[in-house]
Amino acid sequence: MKKTRKPKSITENGKKPAQFRLLPAVLLSALAVGLGYAVLSLPSQASGLSEPVAANLESSGVSNPVTAVLLNFRGYDTLLELGVLLLALLGVWSLGAAPKRRESSPGLVLEMLSRLLVPLLILVAGYLLWIGVHAPGGAFQAGSVLATAGVLSLLTGWRLDTRFSGLPLRITLVAGLGVFVVVGIVLIPMGGRLLAYPPSFAGALILLIEAAATLSIGITLAALFLGGRPETGGHS
Amino acid sequence: MSSAFLYALVGVGLFTLGLYALIVHTHLLRKILAINVMASGVFLVLVALAARTQGATPDPVPHAMVITGIVVAVSATALALALMLRVRAETGRAELAEESQE
Repeated sequence: MKKTRKPKSITENGKKPAQFRLLPAVLLSALAVGLGYAVLSLPSQASGLSEPVAANLESSGVSNPVTAVLLNFRGYDTLLELGVLLLALLGVWSLGAAPKRRESSPGLVLEMLSRLLVPLLILVAGYLLWIGVHAPGGAFQAGSVLATAGVLSLLTGWRLDTRFSGLPLRITLVAGLGVFVVVGIVLIPMGGRLLAYPPSFAGALILLIEAAATLSIGITLAALFLGGRPETGGHS
Repeated sequence: MSSAFLYALVGVGLFTLGLYALIVHTHLLRKILAINVMASGVFLVLVALAARTQGATPDPVPHAMVITGIVVAVSATALALALMLRVRAETGRAELAEESQE
């Protein structure tokens, strides 16, 4: 039997009563003033880490400083971040199977729009991945655009064929993290450290990692939108 | 005061507003949205403070942090929404039970 009775300390509009709202408002105003003061007390001119980044940009293999930081100087962060994405998806999948699709028609506008936009979005994702070497762009932007193509397809009722939703889907999901880890480990005997790329082919390695990461990020975000584990084929 | 600080102060405001909503509202969807507003505030502070460099190019390190942060925030939101749906399926309400109740 489901409980629908609300506790007494919560009013009808889902808020706590006034005496419970005033105290946080006062305390958080003080916090806002404190944080604002902290922000304003920072020096108005600060180069941060932009100078060391600019000095080492030559050896990073790419000419876009943000990509250089993401994939080279702070590659460790990005590696773990791909792991976080995968963990979030594992969490969602462990909560159960994806909700059953509704049998309603998506409508002419959505269907036509997705037919026009999905190929374009995939193209834009590839472009963003490529351009990220020397201009704003990169694996995360490309992966997000790829995910929108997936979400748009899911909204029109498209589902991955059950032949591919078993092992092939899982391999694609871990490809980004897997390629990153393999590259890092292979480089240990060559560079001496995890993820220390040799400058001569750092650019190619970064592009390889970014391509795998784009695919994984896009598919992971789209799979997160599905809200559960997809149905797999009988023989998997 | 440069415009970078104006944006940073707006970010601080967003963060505090989000924190207030997180405390006051009991519906889990509102709490998830509040956390997203807080995250946007943090991202705004980071990007604004990255623009304090001498030249035209901003500090790339906070930008890289924000890019990864956005993707992590999206995936965390998806996990939170899935958990919320599960809570609703189990209890019939998208709210957490009060601890004072048995």
